[in-house]
Amino acid sequence: MLQIDTWKRVLIWLVCVVGLLMALPNAFYTRVEQSNDAKAAIELGIDTPEMQAQAGQWPDWLPSSLVNLGLDLRGGAHLLAEVQVGDVYETRMEAMWPEVRDALRDERATVGTIRRQPSAPDEIRVRISQPDGMPSALEAVRGLARQVQTLTGVGATDIEVSADGDTLIVKLSEAEKLASDDRTVRQALEIVRRRIDEVGTREPTIQRQGTDRILIQVPGIGSASELKDIIGTTAQLTFNPVVARGTDPDVVPGVGEEVVPSIDENGVYYTIESAPVVTGEELVDAQPSFDQNGRPAVSFRFNTSGARKFGDYTRDNIGAPFAIVLDDEVISAPVIQSHIPGGSGIITGNFTVEESTNLAVLLRAGALPAGLEFLEERTIGPELGQDSIDAGKVATTVAFAAVLIFMALSYGLFGIFANIALLINVGLIFGLLSLIGATLTLPGIAGIVLTVGMAVDANVLIFERIREELKSAKGPARAIDLGYEKALSAILDANITTFITAVILFAIGSGPVRGFAITLGLGILTSVFTAIFVTRLMIIMWFERRRPKTIEV
Amino acid sequence: MRLKLVPENTSFDFFSRWKVWLGISGLMMVIAFASFMLQGLNFGIDFRGGTTIRTQSTQELDVGVYRDAIAPLGLGDVTITEIFDPTFGPDENVAMIRIQAQDGAESVTAETIAAVEGALQAVVPDIQFVSVESVGPKVSGELIQTAVIAVVLAIGAVLVYIWLRFEWQFALGAVAALVHDVLLTIGIFSELQIRFDLAIIAALLTIVGYSLNDTVVVFDRVRENLRKYKKKDLKEVLNLSINETLSRTVMTSVTTLLALVSLYVLGGDVIRGFVFAMIWGVIVGTYSSVFVASTILLWLGVKRDWSKPSNTAGNQFANIDA
Repeated sequence: MLQIDTWKRVLIWLVCVVGLLMALPNAFYTRVEQSNDAKAAIELGIDTPEMQAQAGQWPDWLPSSLVNLGLDLRGGAHLLAEVQVGDVYETRMEAMWPEVRDALRDERATVGTIRRQPSAPDEIRVRISQPDGMPSALEAVRGLARQVQTLTGVGATDIEVSADGDTLIVKLSEAEKLASDDRTVRQALEIVRRRIDEVGTREPTIQRQGTDRILIQVPGIGSASELKDIIGTTAQLTFNPVVARGTDPDVVPGVGEEVVPSIDENGVYYTIESAPVVTGEELVDAQPSFDQNGRPAVSFRFNTSGARKFGDYTRDNIGAPFAIVLDDEVISAPVIQSHIPGGSGIITGNFTVEESTNLAVLLRAGALPAGLEFLEERTIGPELGQDSIDAGKVATTVAFAAVLIFMALSYGLFGIFANIALLINVGLIFGLLSLIGATLTLPGIAGIVLTVGMAVDANVLIFERIREELKSAKGPARAIDLGYEKALSAILDANITTFITAVILFAIGSGPVRGFAITLGLGILTSVFTAIFVTRLMIIMWFERRRPKTIEV
Repeated sequence: MRLKLVPENTSFDFFSRWKVWLGISGLMMVIAFASFMLQGLNFGIDFRGGTTIRTQSTQELDVGVYRDAIAPLGLGDVTITEIFDPTFGPDENVAMIRIQAQDGAESVTAETIAAVEGALQAVVPDIQFVSVESVGPKVSGELIQTAVIAVVLAIGAVLVYIWLRFEWQFALGAVAALVHDVLLTIGIFSELQIRFDLAIIAALLTIVGYSLNDTVVVFDRVRENLRKYKKKDLKEVLNLSINETLSRTVMTSVTTLLALVSLYVLGGDVIRGFVFAMIWGVIVGTYSSVFVASTILLWLGVKRDWSKPSNTAGNQFANIDA
């Protein structure tokens, strides 16, 4: 009866104290944030007296993790992008074509002449002049297939070859498409991450969602379109030989050539050789700089193999024009003046300083393997976020005060115990949120307010039960004990059902809904803990000291 | 002196007019459903795609001017609403512009947004775009789907839990109350044409949780009293249980409402719809746990004779003394 082991008491208080300590940094948000930033900067080697002073604003021995503020509270940009995984199939098929052609040429005796037919971008169609030779054609092309590693597919290959009359069709197999999609999304994720890191914003969230989507959240950035400029550009850079320059976009290019527009000169089109001399993949560095006339430019450096190819080409083609192509548009097409052996060069164009800086970032981070399509885009201004925080603070404070007063009026001393527990409860929620690095969103604040309202429920259940037990004229100690015992099943059932909905919300919801689910779920855990353990311990400690003959609840 | 919202030892008869209450609830559900079918919900961009732009300026706001500025762009359905809120300062004039999803665009077009912003800047020079949100039609379709799945899953999971802990009659009563609450909440959103977005789904699920919380507390007492008073008939036991827990029911609803109302008044306009749903849900949920869940339990009846063990009623989970 009314006893709790000493070790349990210590444990309960310890949990409260640790939880509150974890929550403490959030009470001094800006100060701790500055201090954390300064410490990170010092670690990076930027060690100035100001940094030291800022770092010293928060002592090292105190916990310093903060609750992350969601975009709706801090302002920033949110993008949901879909990686166009299909883009890669086309590139793969183009790369496959020479191999297919060579394989079929070796079989010319049985297959006859071959001719590539127009087709969907993700397949190759080849017509052979001697349909009787189809079996050996199929065999020859199937010989090009490579094994794919999959979980289930034993002996799955990367291409599927089939025949349709006198036409041979080569496609990527389903297994290879899956594997390719996965690779593409991973690469895209990595490139996006590198590009955003290059810009250097605070705590961006870059996550893969589902099979082919990437979620990007960057706090503190001005708008989503700014973010799109950085991550939405494919940035495929190639250096191609120029065949001709003209103003007719419909000019028919020769085999292995293509027509691309110029970025700056309106109505100018270049016919270039499709096979690039060097590509952006062989760049090792790109920096914004200025050309000899003082206009913004981007200087770059190739790796060894790139440098050799570039050097050889410039040596052999002095006097010929040469196109620098970015995402199928010609940035500039200078004439090669001399042999460039060192593997470094400069891209000029009509850049602004900002454009040249962006281009350098994009080139350094590498090209996206496929295009991105944006499905969702949200920008929240920092003022709106601040307004929401302010409103949330006022509302929470008032909600708190109302509940505290109401509880004290209804249950007297016991109500005050419940109030202390409620304060500890909110502290614990913040402590847990900081501990797991969760993100607090506006609905999350609503979740906390709701928890404040509902957290007292467990105590109300217990107190009402104690009242009832007191009526049946048992001693106060027995009544308290029975009150806790009998209220427990209702408390657990009620909270478990709410917890189930919180878990489902978390599993299915996204963004703000998830933030709400986290605070609601944590709030249920902490409120059950404080109601069952903390208020009980307080009541028992009070009871042991006073030994009242009667109690009033 | 204690503040007591409910006098001690109440003995209201909650079932004297149970047909009336059930009738009222049924009628309300029919109205809610009819409103939903006829009028439909005022879906936010989360669910039907499109763009919302929240603007703020110090100048007096004239919706007509905004409309005229945007009209030449030919963007289809554009709604402009001025937002009033007690938390705004005197020179904060806020408007919400909603543009429908553009035909044929799978993704979000930056040009559309830029065009609208440009047009508005031309007429209101100091205008600020404090938030711009766009959702493509592809995502919004999926969001509806996941939202429906979430609500159905939550109700299903709860049904199973109560069935395990109580008996199937209890589970049906609780779920009937839940469906009642969810339907009435959707009904009021359709009737008042309040914007229905992703956050409202979170509110709906919280209502599911809250309403259940209430129902479970009453049912827990019913279960206890059924064992205690073997001779009393079900109606008496139900009445007694509801009366015994009435004080707690009212206390908890009042504290929760206190917290929610302060959030409603002071929490800013961004989450007002969300908080409104929860306030409504708390009121409806409290009502339904007494007048719907318990009434249905009375109507279905509960197996009282425990002398013959039966496979259908109760199981090993029912007796966990937690």
